Amino acid sequence: MTEEIIIAGFGGQGVLSMGKILAYSGIMQNQEVSWMPSYGPEMRGGTANVTVVLSDERISSPIINSYDTAIILNQQSLDKFEATVKPGGLLIYDPNGITHYPSRKDINIYSIEASEEAGKLGLAKVFNMIVLGGFLKLKPLVKPEFIHKGLEKSLPARHHKLIPENEKAIDIGKTLIKAVHLV
Amino acid sequence: MKELKLMKGNEAVAEAAIRAGCDGYFGYPITPQSEIMEYLMYQDPQKTTGMVVLQAESEVAAINMVYGGASCGKKVMTSSSSPGISLKQEGISYIAGAELPCLIVNIVRGGPGLGTIQPSQSDYFQSTKGGGHGDYRLIVLAPSSVQEMADFAGLGFDLAFKYRNPVLILGDGVIGQMMEKVELDEFKPRWTEEEIRRNTPWSTMGKLNNRERNIITSLDLDSHKQEKHVAHLRDKYLEIEKNEVRYEEFQCEDAEYLIVAYGSSARISQKAVELARAKGIKVGLLRPITLFPFPKKPLLNYVGKIKGILTVEMSLGQMIEDVKLAVECKVKVEHFGRFGGIIPTPDEVVVALEKQIIGG
Repeated sequence: MTEEIIIAGFGGQGVLSMGKILAYSGIMQNQEVSWMPSYGPEMRGGTANVTVVLSDERISSPIINSYDTAIILNQQSLDKFEATVKPGGLLIYDPNGITHYPSRKDINIYSIEASEEAGKLGLAKVFNMIVLGGFLKLKPLVKPEFIHKGLEKSLPARHHKLIPENEKAIDIGKTLIKAVHLV
Repeated sequence: MKELKLMKGNEAVAEAAIRAGCDGYFGYPITPQSEIMEYLMYQDPQKTTGMVVLQAESEVAAINMVYGGASCGKKVMTSSSSPGISLKQEGISYIAGAELPCLIVNIVRGGPGLGTIQPSQSDYFQSTKGGGHGDYRLIVLAPSSVQEMADFAGLGFDLAFKYRNPVLILGDGVIGQMMEKVELDEFKPRWTEEEIRRNTPWSTMGKLNNRERNIITSLDLDSHKQEKHVAHLRDKYLEIEKNEVRYEEFQCEDAEYLIVAYGSSARISQKAVELARAKGIKVGLLRPITLFPFPKKPLLNYVGKIKGILTVEMSLGQMIEDVKLAVECKVKVEHFGRFGGIIPTPDEVVVALEKQIIGG
Protein backbone atom coordinates (compact mmCIF):
# COMPACT_ATOMS: atom_id res chain seq x y z
CA MET A 1 0.00 0.00 0.00
CA THR A 2 1.24 3.48 -0.87
CA GLU A 3 -0.92 6.57 -0.40
CA GLU A 4 0.23 9.88 -1.84
CA ILE A 5 -1.58 12.85 -0.33
CA ILE A 6 -1.49 16.61 -0.84
CA ILE A 7 -2.97 18.83 1.87
CA ALA A 8 -3.35 22.48 0.85
CA GLY A 9 -4.92 25.64 2.21
CA PHE A 10 -4.13 28.93 3.90
CA GLY A 11 -1.17 29.31 6.23
CA GLY A 12 -2.48 29.11 9.80
CA GLN A 13 -5.19 26.53 9.02
CA GLY A 14 -3.05 23.74 10.39
CA VAL A 15 -2.22 22.20 7.02
CA LEU A 16 1.37 21.33 7.95
CA SER A 17 0.46 20.04 11.42
CA MET A 18 -2.34 17.87 10.00
CA GLY A 19 0.24 16.30 7.72
CA LYS A 20 2.67 15.90 10.59
CA ILE A 21 0.13 14.14 12.82
CA LEU A 22 -0.82 11.83 9.94
CA ALA A 23 2.85 11.08 9.22
CA TYR A 24 3.73 10.46 12.88
CA SER A 25 0.70 8.16 13.19
CA GLY A 26 1.99 6.24 10.17
CA ILE A 27 5.37 5.78 11.87
CA MET A 28 3.63 4.52 15.02
CA GLN A 29 1.88 1.97 12.79
CA ASN A 30 5.29 0.91 11.47
CA GLN A 31 4.89 2.46 8.03
CA GLU A 32 7.36 4.42 5.93
CA VAL A 33 6.45 8.12 5.70
CA SER A 34 7.57 11.34 4.08
CA TRP A 35 6.36 14.88 4.75
CA MET A 36 7.45 17.57 2.29
CA PRO A 37 6.21 21.12 2.86
CA SER A 38 6.05 23.93 0.38
CA TYR A 39 8.47 26.20 2.16
CA GLY A 40 9.17 29.67 1.02
CA PRO A 41 8.59 33.33 1.69
CA GLU A 42 5.11 32.46 2.96
CA MET A 43 3.23 33.85 5.93
CA ARG A 44 -0.03 33.54 7.80
CA GLY A 45 -2.87 33.99 5.32
CA GLY A 46 -0.68 32.95 2.40
CA THR A 47 -0.95 29.51 0.86
CA ALA A 48 0.63 26.45 2.43
CA ASN A 49 0.74 22.86 1.30
CA VAL A 50 2.36 19.62 2.30
CA THR A 51 2.84 16.32 0.51
CA VAL A 52 2.51 13.27 2.76
CA VAL A 53 3.31 9.75 1.61
CA LEU A 54 2.42 6.71 3.69
CA SER A 55 3.69 3.37 2.47
CA ASP A 56 4.45 -0.20 3.46
CA GLU A 57 7.61 0.01 1.37
CA ARG A 58 10.56 2.35 1.11
CA ILE A 59 9.33 5.63 -0.40
CA SER A 60 11.02 6.69 -3.60
CA SER A 61 10.19 10.33 -4.25
CA PRO A 62 8.84 12.73 -1.63
CA ILE A 63 8.16 15.08 -4.58
CA ILE A 64 5.27 13.94 -6.75
CA ASN A 65 3.07 15.41 -9.43
CA SER A 66 -0.10 13.36 -9.04
CA TYR A 67 -1.87 12.30 -5.88
CA ASP A 68 -4.19 9.57 -4.62
CA THR A 69 -5.85 12.13 -2.36
CA ALA A 70 -6.07 15.91 -2.33
CA ILE A 71 -7.36 17.61 0.84
CA ILE A 72 -8.22 21.16 -0.15
CA LEU A 73 -9.02 24.02 2.19
CA ASN A 74 -9.18 27.11 -0.01
CA GLN A 75 -10.01 28.26 -3.54
CA GLN A 76 -6.41 28.82 -4.70
CA SER A 77 -5.47 25.30 -3.67
CA LEU A 78 -8.52 23.83 -5.39
CA ASP A 79 -7.61 25.68 -8.59
CA LYS A 80 -4.03 24.45 -8.33
CA PHE A 81 -4.47 20.83 -7.27
CA GLU A 82 -7.79 19.57 -8.68
CA ALA A 83 -6.06 18.57 -11.91
CA THR A 84 -3.30 16.68 -10.04
CA VAL A 85 -5.57 14.01 -8.51
CA LYS A 86 -5.02 10.61 -10.17
CA PRO A 87 -8.04 9.35 -12.14
CA GLY A 88 -10.19 7.39 -9.70
CA GLY A 89 -8.55 9.29 -6.83
CA LEU A 90 -10.10 11.27 -4.00
CA LEU A 91 -10.66 14.99 -3.55
CA ILE A 92 -11.94 16.36 -0.24
CA TYR A 93 -12.71 20.05 0.14
CA ASP A 94 -14.17 22.40 2.69
CA PRO A 95 -16.81 24.50 0.85
CA ASN A 96 -16.16 27.51 3.11
CA GLY A 97 -15.04 30.32 0.79
CA ILE A 98 -15.27 28.17 -2.35
CA THR A 99 -16.97 29.83 -5.32
CA HIS A 100 -15.73 27.66 -8.21
CA TYR A 101 -16.53 24.08 -7.32
CA PRO A 102 -14.54 21.06 -8.51
CA SER A 103 -15.77 19.83 -11.86
CA ARG A 104 -13.85 16.61 -12.65
CA LYS A 105 -15.97 13.57 -13.37
CA ASP A 106 -13.23 10.93 -13.15
CA ILE A 107 -12.46 11.32 -9.42
CA ASN A 108 -14.40 10.86 -6.18
CA ILE A 109 -15.28 14.20 -4.64
CA TYR A 110 -16.38 14.76 -1.06
CA SER A 111 -17.06 17.93 0.88
CA ILE A 112 -16.66 18.53 4.60
CA GLU A 113 -18.07 21.63 6.30
CA ALA A 114 -15.31 21.59 8.88
CA SER A 115 -14.80 25.32 9.09
CA GLU A 116 -18.49 26.05 9.81
CA GLU A 117 -18.80 23.22 12.32
CA ALA A 118 -15.59 24.19 14.11
CA GLY A 119 -16.95 27.73 14.48
CA LYS A 120 -20.28 26.50 15.83
CA LEU A 121 -18.70 24.18 18.38
CA GLY A 122 -15.95 26.58 19.41
CA LEU A 123 -13.35 24.13 18.11
CA ALA A 124 -11.53 26.47 15.73
CA LYS A 125 -8.13 25.27 16.96
CA VAL A 126 -8.83 21.67 15.98
CA PHE A 127 -10.45 22.50 12.65
CA ASN A 128 -7.70 20.55 10.89
CA MET A 129 -8.46 17.44 12.95
CA ILE A 130 -12.11 17.60 11.83
CA VAL A 131 -10.84 17.50 8.24
CA LEU A 132 -8.45 14.66 9.07
CA GLY A 133 -11.38 12.74 10.56
CA GLY A 134 -13.30 13.10 7.31
CA PHE A 135 -10.34 11.72 5.38
CA LEU A 136 -9.85 8.80 7.78
CA LYS A 137 -13.54 7.89 7.49
CA LEU A 138 -13.05 7.40 3.74
CA LYS A 139 -9.54 5.92 3.93
CA PRO A 140 -8.88 4.38 7.33
CA LEU A 141 -5.15 4.06 6.63
CA VAL A 142 -4.15 4.57 10.23
CA LYS A 143 -5.92 2.94 13.18
CA PRO A 144 -7.29 5.23 15.95
CA GLU A 145 -4.81 3.91 18.54
CA PHE A 146 -1.92 4.93 16.31
CA ILE A 147 -3.49 8.35 15.70
CA HIS A 148 -3.51 8.69 19.48
CA LYS A 149 0.20 7.82 19.61
CA GLY A 150 0.84 10.15 16.65
CA LEU A 151 -0.81 13.00 18.57
CA GLU A 152 1.29 12.21 21.63
CA LYS A 153 4.46 12.34 19.56
CA SER A 154 3.53 15.46 17.53
CA LEU A 155 2.26 17.63 20.34
CA PRO A 156 4.59 18.95 23.03
CA ALA A 157 3.91 17.39 26.46
CA ARG A 158 2.37 20.62 27.77
CA HIS A 159 -0.38 20.25 25.14
CA HIS A 160 -1.14 16.59 25.81
CA LYS A 161 -4.24 17.62 27.78
CA LEU A 162 -5.69 18.71 24.42
CA ILE A 163 -5.46 15.21 22.88
CA PRO A 164 -9.05 14.23 23.83
CA GLU A 165 -10.33 17.41 22.13
CA ASN A 166 -8.34 16.52 18.99
CA GLU A 167 -9.74 12.99 19.00
CA LYS A 168 -13.27 14.32 19.46
CA ALA A 169 -12.72 16.57 16.43
CA ILE A 170 -11.60 13.55 14.38
CA ASP A 171 -14.81 11.73 15.37
CA ILE A 172 -16.92 14.78 14.44
CA GLY A 173 -15.17 14.90 11.06
CA LYS A 174 -16.16 11.30 10.39
CA THR A 175 -19.83 12.29 10.65
CA LEU A 176 -19.53 15.44 8.53
CA ILE A 177 -18.01 14.08 5.32
CA LYS A 178 -20.47 14.06 2.38
CA ALA A 179 -20.21 12.60 -1.10
CA VAL A 180 -20.54 15.20 -3.86
CA HIS A 181 -19.61 13.13 -6.90
CA LEU A 182 -18.66 9.46 -7.13
CA VAL A 183 -17.07 7.74 -10.09
CA MET B 1 15.44 -0.90 19.66
CA LYS B 2 16.71 2.41 18.42
CA GLU B 3 14.67 5.54 18.94
CA LEU B 4 12.26 6.34 16.05
CA LYS B 5 11.44 9.95 15.31
CA LEU B 6 9.78 12.04 12.61
CA MET B 7 12.29 14.77 11.85
CA LYS B 8 13.33 17.32 9.28
CA GLY B 9 16.69 16.65 7.65
CA ASN B 10 18.05 19.79 9.30
CA GLU B 11 16.93 18.62 12.74
CA ALA B 12 18.26 15.11 12.13
CA VAL B 13 21.80 16.24 11.29
CA ALA B 14 21.79 18.50 14.36
CA GLU B 15 20.56 15.78 16.73
CA ALA B 16 22.96 13.24 15.22
CA ALA B 17 25.87 15.65 15.71
CA ILE B 18 25.09 15.95 19.42
CA ARG B 19 24.88 12.15 19.63
CA ALA B 20 28.17 11.74 17.74
CA GLY B 21 29.97 13.62 20.51
CA CYS B 22 30.31 16.94 18.69
CA ASP B 23 32.17 19.53 20.79
CA GLY B 24 31.05 22.69 19.07
CA TYR B 25 28.77 24.19 16.43
CA PHE B 26 29.41 27.66 15.03
CA GLY B 27 27.01 29.11 12.49
CA TYR B 28 25.01 31.97 11.12
CA PRO B 29 21.36 31.59 10.07
CA ILE B 30 20.24 31.32 6.45
CA THR B 31 17.26 29.64 4.76
CA PRO B 32 16.81 26.71 4.09
CA GLN B 33 19.07 25.39 6.88
CA SER B 34 18.26 27.67 9.83
CA GLU B 35 16.60 24.77 11.69
CA ILE B 36 20.06 23.27 12.30
CA MET B 37 21.16 26.02 14.68
CA GLU B 38 17.59 26.60 15.88
CA TYR B 39 17.32 22.94 16.88
CA LEU B 40 20.73 22.97 18.57
CA MET B 41 19.92 26.16 20.50
CA TYR B 42 16.61 24.68 21.64
CA GLN B 43 18.22 21.39 22.73
CA ASP B 44 20.91 23.38 24.56
CA PRO B 45 23.42 20.49 24.64
CA GLN B 46 25.81 22.58 26.77
CA LYS B 47 23.69 21.39 29.70
CA THR B 48 23.80 17.69 28.74
CA THR B 49 26.92 16.79 26.74
CA GLY B 50 28.77 20.09 27.17
CA MET B 51 28.68 20.84 23.42
CA VAL B 52 29.01 24.54 22.60
CA VAL B 53 26.44 26.07 20.23
CA LEU B 54 27.27 29.57 19.12
CA GLN B 55 25.74 32.02 16.67
CA ALA B 56 28.73 33.86 15.26
CA GLU B 57 28.61 37.43 13.96
CA SER B 58 29.10 36.21 10.39
CA GLU B 59 29.83 33.15 8.28
CA VAL B 60 33.49 34.15 8.08
CA ALA B 61 33.72 34.26 11.87
CA ALA B 62 31.93 30.90 12.15
CA ILE B 63 34.32 29.03 9.86
CA ASN B 64 37.33 30.53 11.61
CA MET B 65 35.93 29.43 14.97
CA VAL B 66 35.76 25.96 13.41
CA TYR B 67 39.41 26.37 12.35
CA GLY B 68 40.34 27.21 15.92
CA GLY B 69 38.33 24.41 17.50
CA ALA B 70 39.64 21.84 15.01
CA SER B 71 43.23 22.90 15.76
CA CYS B 72 42.62 21.77 19.33
CA GLY B 73 41.44 18.34 18.21
CA LYS B 74 37.79 19.12 18.92
CA LYS B 75 34.90 17.70 16.90
CA VAL B 76 33.54 20.94 15.48
CA MET B 77 31.08 21.81 12.75
CA THR B 78 29.36 24.60 10.90
CA SER B 79 26.45 24.76 8.50
CA SER B 80 25.06 27.20 5.99
CA SER B 81 23.40 27.46 2.61
CA SER B 82 25.02 28.39 -0.69
CA PRO B 83 25.77 32.14 -0.32
CA GLY B 84 26.98 31.52 3.24
CA ILE B 85 29.15 28.62 2.12
CA SER B 86 30.75 30.92 -0.47
CA LEU B 87 31.69 33.26 2.37
CA LYS B 88 33.31 30.37 4.23
CA GLN B 89 35.53 29.27 1.33
CA GLU B 90 38.68 31.04 2.49
CA GLY B 91 38.45 29.35 5.87
CA ILE B 92 37.71 25.97 4.29
CA SER B 93 40.81 26.26 2.09
CA TYR B 94 42.93 27.09 5.18
CA ILE B 95 41.45 24.16 7.13
CA ALA B 96 42.13 21.78 4.22
CA GLY B 97 45.67 23.18 3.89
CA ALA B 98 46.33 22.82 7.61
CA GLU B 99 44.90 19.27 7.46
CA LEU B 100 42.26 19.68 10.10
CA PRO B 101 39.12 17.62 10.58
CA CYS B 102 35.72 19.31 10.64
CA LEU B 103 32.17 18.86 9.46
CA ILE B 104 30.51 21.38 7.14
CA VAL B 105 26.84 21.13 6.11
CA ASN B 106 25.62 22.91 2.96
CA ILE B 107 21.85 22.85 2.39
CA VAL B 108 21.95 24.19 -1.12
CA ARG B 109 19.59 26.85 -2.47
CA GLY B 110 19.30 28.21 -6.00
CA GLY B 111 22.08 30.54 -7.13
CA PRO B 112 24.14 32.28 -8.34
CA GLY B 113 24.32 35.25 -5.98
CA LEU B 114 21.65 35.44 -3.31
CA GLY B 115 19.50 33.51 -5.79
CA THR B 116 16.43 31.95 -4.25
CA ILE B 117 15.64 30.04 -1.07
CA GLN B 118 14.27 27.01 -2.91
CA PRO B 119 16.19 23.73 -3.37
CA SER B 120 19.00 23.40 -5.89
CA GLN B 121 22.13 21.35 -6.59
CA SER B 122 24.12 24.06 -8.27
CA ASP B 123 26.99 23.93 -5.75
CA TYR B 124 28.40 20.62 -7.07
CA PHE B 125 31.45 22.23 -8.71
CA GLN B 126 32.14 24.33 -5.62
CA SER B 127 31.88 21.30 -3.34
CA THR B 128 33.86 18.76 -5.34
CA LYS B 129 36.39 20.82 -7.32
CA GLY B 130 37.81 23.03 -4.63
CA GLY B 131 35.59 25.97 -3.84
CA GLY B 132 38.37 27.91 -2.21
CA HIS B 133 41.84 28.39 -3.65
CA GLY B 134 44.59 25.82 -3.87
CA ASP B 135 44.98 22.11 -4.60
CA TYR B 136 42.60 20.52 -2.12
CA ARG B 137 39.60 18.25 -1.91
CA LEU B 138 36.78 17.88 0.56
CA ILE B 139 35.23 14.52 1.27
CA VAL B 140 31.68 15.16 0.03
CA LEU B 141 28.73 13.12 1.30
CA ALA B 142 25.38 13.50 -0.49
CA PRO B 143 22.45 12.34 1.66
CA SER B 144 19.20 11.49 -0.13
CA SER B 145 17.05 10.93 2.94
CA VAL B 146 16.56 12.30 6.43
CA GLN B 147 18.03 9.03 7.75
CA GLU B 148 21.24 9.70 5.83
CA MET B 149 21.36 13.27 7.17
CA ALA B 150 21.51 11.65 10.61
CA ASP B 151 23.91 8.85 9.63
CA PHE B 152 26.35 11.15 7.84
CA ALA B 153 26.98 13.36 10.89
CA GLY B 154 28.74 10.49 12.68
CA LEU B 155 30.28 9.13 9.49
CA GLY B 156 31.44 12.64 8.58
CA PHE B 157 33.30 13.10 11.86
CA ASP B 158 34.82 9.61 11.56
CA LEU B 159 36.14 10.30 8.05
CA ALA B 160 37.28 13.81 8.96
CA PHE B 161 39.46 12.49 11.80
CA LYS B 162 40.61 9.41 9.89
CA TYR B 163 42.03 11.56 7.08
CA ARG B 164 42.49 14.89 8.90
CA ASN B 165 40.35 16.49 6.22
CA PRO B 166 37.18 18.61 6.15
CA VAL B 167 34.03 16.66 5.30
CA LEU B 168 31.10 18.36 3.57
CA ILE B 169 27.54 17.10 3.78
CA LEU B 170 25.94 18.37 0.57
CA GLY B 171 22.16 18.45 0.95
CA ASP B 172 19.56 20.73 -0.54
CA GLY B 173 16.30 22.40 0.49
CA VAL B 174 14.32 19.19 -0.04
CA ILE B 175 16.57 17.09 2.19
CA GLY B 176 16.76 19.82 4.83
CA GLN B 177 13.07 20.67 4.97
CA MET B 178 11.28 17.37 4.54
CA MET B 179 10.41 15.09 7.44
CA GLU B 180 10.90 11.34 7.39
CA LYS B 181 11.29 8.51 9.83
CA VAL B 182 14.71 8.46 11.51
CA GLU B 183 16.42 5.88 13.69
CA LEU B 184 18.90 7.67 15.89
CA ASP B 185 22.15 6.24 17.21
CA GLU B 186 22.89 6.05 20.90
CA PHE B 187 24.70 9.00 22.50
CA LYS B 188 28.48 8.76 22.22
CA PRO B 189 30.24 10.76 24.92
CA ARG B 190 32.46 13.64 23.82
CA TRP B 191 36.16 12.87 23.91
CA THR B 192 37.88 13.61 27.19
CA GLU B 193 41.08 15.69 27.12
CA GLU B 194 43.05 12.49 27.48
CA GLU B 195 41.25 10.92 24.51
CA ILE B 196 41.84 14.03 22.40
CA ARG B 197 45.58 13.85 23.18
CA ARG B 198 45.62 10.18 22.27
CA ASN B 199 43.47 10.45 19.09
CA THR B 200 44.96 13.69 17.77
CA PRO B 201 48.68 13.77 18.59
CA TRP B 202 48.97 16.69 16.14
CA SER B 203 46.55 18.97 17.99
CA THR B 204 47.53 22.12 19.86
CA MET B 205 46.29 21.04 23.27
CA GLY B 206 49.21 22.50 25.16
CA LYS B 207 52.82 21.35 24.78
CA LEU B 208 53.95 18.32 26.73
CA ASN B 209 57.58 17.97 27.81
CA ASN B 210 58.15 14.73 25.92
CA ARG B 211 57.56 16.10 22.43
CA GLU B 212 58.24 18.99 20.08
CA ARG B 213 55.59 21.69 19.86
CA ASN B 214 52.74 21.17 17.40
CA ILE B 215 52.20 23.86 14.81
CA ILE B 216 48.93 24.29 12.91
CA THR B 217 49.36 26.38 9.78
CA SER B 218 48.56 26.43 6.10
CA LEU B 219 51.56 28.66 5.34
CA ASP B 220 55.00 27.58 4.18
CA LEU B 221 57.19 30.16 2.50
CA ASP B 222 59.68 27.49 1.48
CA SER B 223 58.27 26.30 -1.86
CA HIS B 224 60.14 23.00 -1.69
CA LYS B 225 58.48 22.21 1.60
CA GLN B 226 55.13 23.38 0.24
CA GLU B 227 55.50 21.11 -2.79
CA LYS B 228 56.18 18.18 -0.47
CA HIS B 229 53.12 19.13 1.57
CA VAL B 230 50.85 19.31 -1.49
CA ALA B 231 52.21 15.96 -2.72
CA HIS B 232 51.31 14.53 0.68
CA LEU B 233 47.79 15.94 0.26
CA ARG B 234 47.61 14.29 -3.19
CA ASP B 235 48.58 10.93 -1.71
CA LYS B 236 45.91 11.36 0.94
CA TYR B 237 43.25 12.14 -1.69
CA LEU B 238 44.31 9.06 -3.68
CA GLU B 239 43.97 7.01 -0.51
CA ILE B 240 40.48 8.45 0.02
CA GLU B 241 39.57 7.62 -3.60
CA LYS B 242 40.77 4.06 -3.02
CA ASN B 243 38.94 3.47 0.26
CA GLU B 244 35.89 5.63 0.58
CA VAL B 245 33.79 5.44 -2.60
CA ARG B 246 30.14 4.92 -1.68
CA TYR B 247 27.20 4.51 -4.04
CA GLU B 248 23.89 2.71 -4.37
CA GLU B 249 22.30 0.93 -7.33
CA PHE B 250 18.57 0.52 -7.91
CA GLN B 251 17.16 -1.87 -10.53
CA CYS B 252 20.43 -1.91 -12.47
CA GLU B 253 20.83 -5.69 -13.00
CA ASP B 254 19.12 -5.85 -16.41
CA ALA B 255 19.28 -2.14 -17.24
CA GLU B 256 19.69 -0.96 -20.82
CA TYR B 257 19.74 2.66 -19.68
CA LEU B 258 21.07 4.32 -16.56
CA ILE B 259 20.07 7.41 -14.62
CA VAL B 260 22.81 8.91 -12.45
CA ALA B 261 21.57 11.27 -9.75
CA TYR B 262 22.44 12.18 -6.17
CA GLY B 263 20.59 13.66 -3.20
CA SER B 264 16.95 14.61 -3.71
CA SER B 265 17.28 14.19 -7.49
CA ALA B 266 18.05 10.53 -6.83
CA ARG B 267 14.77 10.14 -4.95
CA ILE B 268 12.86 11.75 -7.80
CA SER B 269 14.78 9.60 -10.29
CA GLN B 270 14.00 6.44 -8.33
CA LYS B 271 10.31 7.19 -8.81
CA ALA B 272 11.03 7.91 -12.49
CA VAL B 273 12.68 4.47 -12.76
CA GLU B 274 9.52 2.89 -11.29
CA LEU B 275 7.33 4.82 -13.78
CA ALA B 276 9.57 3.98 -16.74
CA ARG B 277 9.78 0.29 -15.77
CA ALA B 278 5.96 0.22 -15.69
CA LYS B 279 6.11 1.36 -19.33
CA GLY B 280 8.54 -1.44 -20.16
CA ILE B 281 11.73 0.68 -20.25
CA LYS B 282 14.67 -1.18 -18.70
CA VAL B 283 16.30 1.61 -16.73
CA GLY B 284 18.24 1.61 -13.47
CA LEU B 285 19.53 4.27 -11.10
CA LEU B 286 23.08 4.71 -9.86
CA ARG B 287 23.23 7.09 -6.90
CA PRO B 288 26.64 8.43 -5.91
CA ILE B 289 26.68 8.77 -2.12
CA THR B 290 30.21 10.19 -2.05
CA LEU B 291 30.65 12.93 -4.67
CA PHE B 292 34.33 13.08 -3.80
CA PRO B 293 35.52 10.41 -4.11
CA PHE B 294 33.27 9.91 -7.15
CA PRO B 295 32.20 6.32 -8.05
CA LYS B 296 34.24 6.24 -11.26
CA LYS B 297 34.93 2.50 -11.50
CA PRO B 298 31.35 1.38 -10.86
CA LEU B 299 30.27 3.66 -13.73
CA LEU B 300 33.05 2.51 -16.03
CA ASN B 301 31.84 -1.06 -15.48
CA TYR B 302 28.62 -0.17 -17.30
CA VAL B 303 30.45 0.63 -20.53
CA GLY B 304 29.42 -2.00 -23.08
CA LYS B 305 26.41 -3.00 -21.02
CA ILE B 306 24.17 0.04 -21.43
CA LYS B 307 23.01 2.22 -24.32
CA GLY B 308 22.96 5.58 -22.61
CA ILE B 309 23.10 7.58 -19.37
CA LEU B 310 20.86 10.42 -18.25
CA THR B 311 22.20 12.56 -15.41
CA VAL B 312 19.50 14.30 -13.41
CA GLU B 313 20.59 17.33 -11.38
CA MET B 314 18.94 20.49 -10.13
CA SER B 315 21.49 22.57 -12.01
CA LEU B 316 22.60 23.36 -15.55
CA GLY B 317 24.63 20.15 -15.47
CA GLN B 318 27.70 19.88 -13.25
CA MET B 319 28.04 16.25 -12.10
CA ILE B 320 27.60 15.23 -15.76
CA GLU B 321 31.27 16.15 -16.28
CA ASP B 322 32.39 13.56 -13.72
CA VAL B 323 30.06 10.97 -15.26
CA LYS B 324 31.53 11.61 -18.74
CA LEU B 325 35.05 11.32 -17.35
CA ALA B 326 34.13 8.14 -15.49
CA VAL B 327 32.79 6.38 -18.62
CA GLU B 328 35.61 7.92 -20.69
CA CYS B 329 32.94 9.29 -23.08
CA LYS B 330 32.38 5.75 -24.39
CA VAL B 331 28.64 5.94 -23.69
CA LYS B 332 26.21 8.67 -24.64
CA VAL B 333 25.65 10.89 -21.59
CA GLU B 334 22.97 13.60 -21.50
CA HIS B 335 21.90 16.00 -18.76
CA PHE B 336 18.38 16.79 -17.61
CA GLY B 337 17.79 19.39 -14.95
CA ARG B 338 15.59 22.07 -13.54
CA PHE B 339 17.29 24.95 -11.79
CA GLY B 340 16.87 28.24 -9.99
CA GLY B 341 14.92 26.55 -7.21
CA ILE B 342 12.54 24.48 -9.37
CA ILE B 343 12.33 20.76 -8.53
CA PRO B 344 11.84 18.35 -11.45
CA THR B 345 8.95 15.89 -11.25
CA PRO B 346 9.38 12.14 -11.83
CA ASP B 347 7.24 12.45 -15.01
CA GLU B 348 9.60 15.07 -16.45
CA VAL B 349 12.55 12.74 -15.87
CA VAL B 350 10.82 9.92 -17.76
CA VAL B 351 10.06 12.27 -20.68
CA ALA B 352 13.71 13.42 -20.75
CA LEU B 353 14.88 9.80 -20.71
CA GLU B 354 12.61 8.95 -23.64
CA LYS B 355 13.49 12.03 -25.69
CA GLN B 356 17.19 12.54 -24.97
CA ILE B 357 18.46 8.99 -24.46
CA ILE B 358 16.08 6.42 -25.95
CA GLY B 359 14.77 8.48 -28.88
CA GLY B 360 17.85 10.67 -29.37
